[in-house]
Amino acid sequence: MLSIIRLILERLGLGVLVLFAVSLIIFLGVELLPGDLCQALQGQSATESTLAACRKELGLEQSAPTRYFHWLANIAQGDFGKSLANGREISELIGVRLANTFFLALVAAVIAVPLSLILGILAALYRNSWFDRSINVLTLASISFPEFFVAYILILVFSVQLGWFPSLSDVSPDTPLLERLHKVFLPALTLTLVVMAHMMRMTRAAIINLMASPYIEMAQFKGLSRSHIIIHHALPNAWAPIVNVVALNLAYLIVGVVIVEVVFVYPGLGQLIVDSVQKRDIPVVQACSIIFAATYVLLNLTADILSIATNPRLLHPK
Amino acid sequence: MTTHSSSDSQLEPFTEPPPAARPSKFKRALRELWKSPLSAKLGMLIVLSYIFVALFAPWLTPYGESEIVGGPFELWGDKYPLGTDNLGRDMLTRLLYGARNTIGIALITTLLAFLIGGMTGILAAILGGWADQLMSRFVDVLMAIPSLIFSLLLLTIFGTSIPVLIIIIAVLDSTRVFRLARAVSLNVVVMDYVEAARLRGEGLGWITLREVLPNIMPPLVAEFGLRFCFVFLTIAALSFLGLGIQPPTADWGSMVRDNATLISYGDITPLLPAGAIALLTIGVNFIVDWFLHKTSGLKDGQ
Amino acid sequence: MANNTPAANDDHEVLLEMRDLRIDGRRDDQWHEIIKGIDLTLHRGEVLGLIGESGAGKSTLGIAAMGYVKPGCRFSGGRITFDGIDMLTASEEKKQALRGVRIAYVAQSAAASFNPAHKLIDQFAEIPVQHHKSSKAEAYADAKDLYSKLQLPEPEQIGFRYPHQVSGGQLQRAMTAMAMSCRPDLIIFDEPTTALDVTTQIEVLMTMKDIVEQFNTAAIYITHDLAVVAQMADRIMVLRYGELVEEAPTRVMLANPKQAYTKSLWAVRSFRKTSVLKTQQQATQPIISVQNVTAAYGVLDILHEISFDLQRGQTVSVVGESGSGKSTTARVITGLLPPRLGQVLFQGQALPPDYRQRSKDQLRQVQMIYQMADTAINPRQRVREIIGRPLSFYLGMDSQQVETRTRELLAMIELNPDQFIDRFPSELSGGQKQRICIARALAAEPQCIICDEVTSALDQLVAEGILRLLDRLQRELNLAYMFITHDLATVKAISDEVVVMLKGKIVEQGSKDKIFSPPYPEYTEKLLASVPQMNPDWMKQLIAQRESRS
Repeated sequence: MLSIIRLILERLGLGVLVLFAVSLIIFLGVELLPGDLCQALQGQSATESTLAACRKELGLEQSAPTRYFHWLANIAQGDFGKSLANGREISELIGVRLANTFFLALVAAVIAVPLSLILGILAALYRNSWFDRSINVLTLASISFPEFFVAYILILVFSVQLGWFPSLSDVSPDTPLLERLHKVFLPALTLTLVVMAHMMRMTRAAIINLMASPYIEMAQFKGLSRSHIIIHHALPNAWAPIVNVVALNLAYLIVGVVIVEVVFVYPGLGQLIVDSVQKRDIPVVQACSIIFAATYVLLNLTADILSIATNPRLLHPK
Repeated sequence: MTTHSSSDSQLEPFTEPPPAARPSKFKRALRELWKSPLSAKLGMLIVLSYIFVALFAPWLTPYGESEIVGGPFELWGDKYPLGTDNLGRDMLTRLLYGARNTIGIALITTLLAFLIGGMTGILAAILGGWADQLMSRFVDVLMAIPSLIFSLLLLTIFGTSIPVLIIIIAVLDSTRVFRLARAVSLNVVVMDYVEAARLRGEGLGWITLREVLPNIMPPLVAEFGLRFCFVFLTIAALSFLGLGIQPPTADWGSMVRDNATLISYGDITPLLPAGAIALLTIGVNFIVDWFLHKTSGLKDGQ
Repeated sequence: MANNTPAANDDHEVLLEMRDLRIDGRRDDQWHEIIKGIDLTLHRGEVLGLIGESGAGKSTLGIAAMGYVKPGCRFSGGRITFDGIDMLTASEEKKQALRGVRIAYVAQSAAASFNPAHKLIDQFAEIPVQHHKSSKAEAYADAKDLYSKLQLPEPEQIGFRYPHQVSGGQLQRAMTAMAMSCRPDLIIFDEPTTALDVTTQIEVLMTMKDIVEQFNTAAIYITHDLAVVAQMADRIMVLRYGELVEEAPTRVMLANPKQAYTKSLWAVRSFRKTSVLKTQQQATQPIISVQNVTAAYGVLDILHEISFDLQRGQTVSVVGESGSGKSTTARVITGLLPPRLGQVLFQGQALPPDYRQRSKDQLRQVQMIYQMADTAINPRQRVREIIGRPLSFYLGMDSQQVETRTRELLAMIELNPDQFIDRFPSELSGGQKQRICIARALAAEPQCIICDEVTSALDQLVAEGILRLLDRLQRELNLAYMFITHDLATVKAISDEVVVMLKGKIVEQGSKDKIFSPPYPEYTEKLLASVPQMNPDWMKQLIAQRESRS
């Protein structure tokens, strides 16, 4: 048991380290700017005095390490600084949008995860059946679709022609849950379709790999029933790969959100980052990047830790 | 001793018949192609026709790439087979030129990514030790940031232009190539023939290019197909967001964005460039799927 | 208990019968016959040995007894009858009810065949419990009883461990116990001791033999090792390319093999190195001298104060079980692992400890031949490049000279240059690949060649060919060989001097005659005593010997 706790602590420590490194990269990225942030902002119209004022405003006269630690300390307290475009507190801009994004991702995950695990496992167990073959071709086609293609097809069918769901997901903080679910349905379905193909293919591969283990063959030679083999011999060893597949795809979902939000004009973090990139509102982009990256790192870390915690070799050390 | 006093070279074929020399590579490739499943043939057909369009775009249409030929959003007709776009440019012309630009840029980016990622990955595997550790940890950190987000950040900083776009995406994508190249090279580096080459006193260049590289080509080629699709989709996504290939260059991603309003009127024209993207990726994926199936020695299914 | 005389078996009831059995395997999208019409009869309580080289189809035939073929194979003809039940037409349910209960299986790799997620005893108990033969408590009690019969340490507790917490030899015995759980009529042993060290192998073999006799269980014993099958089987079937070569009761077969192929298998063990009269050279300076070498991976010392010399034209065999440090010794000599203490001399001159610091000429003088010829030559290079590279690299030959010399070398290793020079490794057989490795080593014109288990991955007959070739080359070129092996038969065949290693130390060294004649040190004796002999009574005598001692 001790070795597991040590391993998990090690991973946690490593995760924190990675987060630091990520923040450093995001911070340093801006330092790579030719000139500095103020020159980039003001471009040709810059004069000595406006530049100086700008630098003072953004605290650029301090050394880079000082600014980095300042920035990091503020982020840790939830203060991301101010937007360059409109001077508002970034944390204010992010708050509601972050919740919206997580809501969308959650709805998509709730549909996608169970569905793709079940379909993936079935495809693996009935390998080479017509079911498996059609799943293979369908998923292969669907991972080839750009997210916006899927989104517009859904809009065309469900919104323009059938009129069942709105093509704009303009939710506000006081939208009631049912209406919110109705409005969020099409973007969530888009994400689901995009992420399901990946998740099913990976689940299928993981289960096939598992079912090829010598101990599964041995279980057959012991005359055990197929259901007993799957439940008692395959499943206990399947957690690690399945958890991995889920975490990887949730992480993928977080990224897929950006484009879907733009298509459906959904007020989430993805919208915000795209708008800010167009306005070159660097502090906001930095803040969003940190949040996306942190979510991504945490999901991968969770997968790592769960697969350690379900590994029988580590659970029962020598 | 008593039963076999004859020379041992005669013993050998007695126990194991040596595999016969194979027919020439070209003949075998042709036969493989012929035997390939329908999906792979379809994939090849798709890819070949895209290449044709990309190469001969100017000869396939009377209009120029960004020539304004009519009013905005004209309907499908004889003059403009697919209508015109939001600025009154011929949609079909833009679609044909888009093949050139979008595929060309994605191809260059993928090649660059493979050059960077492939070489560093093989080197990391051969060198091992702290050099490998350093490179691998660096790549781990780069990969801890979702690549679309990372490219958004970098595009904000460096601005959007085609060279910047190519470099950013190539560098970010090379991390995945690095991982794969390193992983498959590690399997080769532990082989005795690499040890034999080291003990012979061979240099790094020989070991990289002559001993390791030829043996990791199949997974790298398959990965090239997959990475190309990924890069292609990423660039399309960025262009769709207005952050990729900039106007007036014809490009499928931005064509969807520019004409998206038509969809709310039930017009499918803006879906055509999106469909063009999807079709090519499907084609490449079908080929890669078959190739992987072939080279992995039927690991998955019989 | 068991009937060793074939006459008695004939009176017994037939348990398993195969008639004209044919099985196809799928390769390159086509079906190929891998079992080509085999007849097999097994009586109750009889042990049948299936012997053959790799690719003979013996495993396929063994598991076919359960009505099972591996994925990618199919039954294409013939009949299998187990106790009156037609195994090829029986429903999946019916076969399921037989498997584990009346027909059990013991796999080659116990470590991979036990589920890592469950305790040994639960994997034992699930057979009787799932087949409704007994309760879990009864199964537990029975498991402990069988564990003790199979002489597992702490039989009361060992079942509560997980597979990875138990050693390889113990796992193999636990798997035999598991196979016994429902007291089957038939057990299929599929190379159960191949992955074990000789000293472990003998213990496992003894307990297996004992338990099969105690319960009068019929068994099919699959192996490539003649001496092992001689101990286990009442009757032997020799297979080759999916066909039956010869079948006879064990003693008859050993005393009087009829077919040329069977005779050739027997003859392998008779090879002996021709000349050992090199004593007059011993005064000269050794080619390689390993002096007080201590080496470590990380902080752990795995070689302790190793010293031995290698003379021109002589072979030193380094013998030991896995983990004894014999391959590490080779790594120290080649410079892949710089020693922590001590040094390696080449003709009296100290070699730099790290190969990267050695000169081209120093590297050239010591060449290596590896165990797995498959991985020792680059599959993407032609024979021409493989052999030609040392020629141009070390000796600076131009392409014309390389071509000529490559052809000479091919002729030297008895391969036709016109036929082989443009082949890729995939177009060569296992023995031919090993010959190419030898040619590559010779191309460097070395003084010394290190042979690391060069014959252990090869079938016996091919291995013999390689040993003869090496012996001839040694005589012609006056080479020094360091021969690393775990196989005492090879040691007897090829060596002049022997170094016996255990846990990183040399326990004995000296001339071959000295090592192989008493008095032996304790470990050497154990090692020698553990190597199965062709005599079918050998193991019985050994058991009696050990019992009388304890």
